[in-house]
Amino acid sequence: MGEAAKKLPRIVINEKFCKGCSICVDFCPTNVLEMKGSTVAVKDLGACTRCQLCDLRCPDFAIQVFD
Amino acid sequence: MSGTAVVEKKERVSVPFDYNKYLRPNKLPHIWCPGCGHGIVLKAMLRAIDKTGFSKDEICMISGIGCSSRTPGYVDFNTMHTLHGRALSFATGVKFANPRLKVIVVTGDGDALAIGGNHFIHTCRRNIDMTVVVMTNATYGMTGGQYSPTSPLETVATTSRYGNIEPPFDTCEMAKAAGASFVARGTAYHTLELEKTLHDAIMHKGTSVVDVIDACPTYFGRANKFKSTTHLMDVVEKDGTVNVKQADKLPPEKLEGKFLRGLLHKVDRPEYCEQYENLVMEKAKAK
Amino acid sequence: MAERKKKLLQGNDACVEGALYAGCRFYAGYPITPSTEIAEGMSVRLPKLGGKFIQMEDEIASIAAAIGASLTGLKSLTATSGPGLSLKQECIGYACLTEVPLVIVNVMRGGPSTGYPTGPSQSDLMAAKWGAHGDHPAISLAPQSVQEILTETVRAFNLAERFRTPVMVLYDEIVGHMREPITLPLPGELEVIDRAKAACRPEEYFPYDDRYEVAPLAPFGAGYRFHVTGLNHKQDGFPTNDSNIIRANNERIMNKIENHKDEICLNEAIDLDDAEIAVVAIGSTARSARYAVKEARAAGIKAGLLRPITMWPFPDKAVKELGSRVKAIIVPELNLGQMVHEVERCSKKAQVTGIHRVDGEPITPAQILEAIRKHK
Repeated sequence: MGEAAKKLPRIVINEKFCKGCSICVDFCPTNVLEMKGSTVAVKDLGACTRCQLCDLRCPDFAIQVFD
Repeated sequence: MSGTAVVEKKERVSVPFDYNKYLRPNKLPHIWCPGCGHGIVLKAMLRAIDKTGFSKDEICMISGIGCSSRTPGYVDFNTMHTLHGRALSFATGVKFANPRLKVIVVTGDGDALAIGGNHFIHTCRRNIDMTVVVMTNATYGMTGGQYSPTSPLETVATTSRYGNIEPPFDTCEMAKAAGASFVARGTAYHTLELEKTLHDAIMHKGTSVVDVIDACPTYFGRANKFKSTTHLMDVVEKDGTVNVKQADKLPPEKLEGKFLRGLLHKVDRPEYCEQYENLVMEKAKAK
Repeated sequence: MAERKKKLLQGNDACVEGALYAGCRFYAGYPITPSTEIAEGMSVRLPKLGGKFIQMEDEIASIAAAIGASLTGLKSLTATSGPGLSLKQECIGYACLTEVPLVIVNVMRGGPSTGYPTGPSQSDLMAAKWGAHGDHPAISLAPQSVQEILTETVRAFNLAERFRTPVMVLYDEIVGHMREPITLPLPGELEVIDRAKAACRPEEYFPYDDRYEVAPLAPFGAGYRFHVTGLNHKQDGFPTNDSNIIRANNERIMNKIENHKDEICLNEAIDLDDAEIAVVAIGSTARSARYAVKEARAAGIKAGLLRPITMWPFPDKAVKELGSRVKAIIVPELNLGQMVHEVERCSKKAQVTGIHRVDGEPITPAQILEAIRKHK
């Protein structure tokens, strides 16, 4: 594995769209996310595997994972 | 790829889907409640549409009334938000008048199966080319959480405080019996599987019905003592369903009370618009 | 020049001829007496012309399909009778608010409910105007003969396309089922109005562009991707809660008809110039009235007939003018009193009397003549 693998992903959260349902937090397999008040926030970016489950199950178009 | 090359564990590359390609500008955030599955279904639908290759001008999305029926307002196609229960009738007119359009009907279980039940079975019977996506959350959400034709027995709702005594419809069984040539089920939880199912449904020629089980945490969830949206999705969507490909391997007791997911029925049947052009118009012109 | 064809046709057949002449290429319907012959005729003729005919599962689905088809650019028709009209009302309201051109034929039979399917009636006059909930515009045309069913059906399509609104052709069972010799118009002989085309670039297109009283309607699939909803909406078609926009739009869809009444209203006047007693009647009743007026004139009574060919909007101006100069107005109608109230509203001076019949039989010339004599 080269340098690219160590590169952290970029998780983009649209706070205006997030309704705080916590689906992304609850279903994240590596506990990357947490609820901060009524909005999702990144807790542990290094743990992110870029699986995109947070994006796929977010009903609100509020979170996406970029390389 | 060369047959002899040994590929090491593939690096995961995250390229998120660009939903903005299909969303109308400045229409989000949508009206759905926190945790509502409709947004998840919409996203799967947009990814599926993207894979079909149809242009935005070719697609006509039509809905009735209810929470799920707000979907067309957010997407950049030819769109129609019609009357409660009647989406399929409007859609039949659109498709029959211009068969070049790819018609997708987005509807809820109350819209499609209660007030629109008659149109549902007759659309399936005609096998007119359109995809019917029924978002099944067993609830009338827009009016405040009444029980619907798919609410399980004993469901607590604002009009069944003592528990629902009406047996629910099985949407897929009904679609199949009525003549739909493609019948499938998915859930919002299994979102990638749903994307594939919706893609196949849209590519199918004839009436394709996809029953999508999704959650109404606000009404169904709260009234029926689910702790959270995730709990509701886990119980109803994940544990309450089995993929049809795995179902054969499971003993009957493991399947009891569970809905099958995936492609449940597919037959080749003449499509309505083609029949009209090939039989009716040809005969009429010859006379 | 080509010869005009003469034909012996039933009223409902003439409706088919009129619809096709106007360029109708889509029909969706459900069988119902006494209008079914229109569906039968369209099912034979449309496929020959490349048009689409479909028999839907009910009356609601029929009009909904016709609205959908109209949105793809086809001139669309549905036909029905009383109970079917009741079922279509929600969709009529939808077409009014979404401003989708459409023609609905209502062949009136006895009501209420299943009533008297094979008997004539004129009891849907108010249902034609106010059947759908909410304030909405109404145009209804009321032909009295087989020939006029043809011409008024053409006019109905023209008005529907011109004003982007549903238009009803309203006639009773007698007119619908009687046979008369008629002359088929040659192509180009009658005016045919086609829908205004959107000329702007798609990104500049608004389906309810507020620069227009009646905005052009682009067909689905032509590159103008827009939204249609039965909710109160803005000029771009999307729902709104803005009270100013809601009011303005609700007023506009009424005013686009109200402001053009002179263009829409059409009446026939017989012997009215010096009349002292006037009859106001439509459809088959007007045919009896015409005979009664002739008889009255022969007996030296100054009687005349005003026949609204456009039932809605009601010819207020013509009736007001008439009411200001005649002694009495007699309103025979096959119901228990519907048009008579409109006549009363418009004519404050003249004495207004109704003749009403709901036994499934027509009002006879003798009945009307007797009423005329009473007012002499």
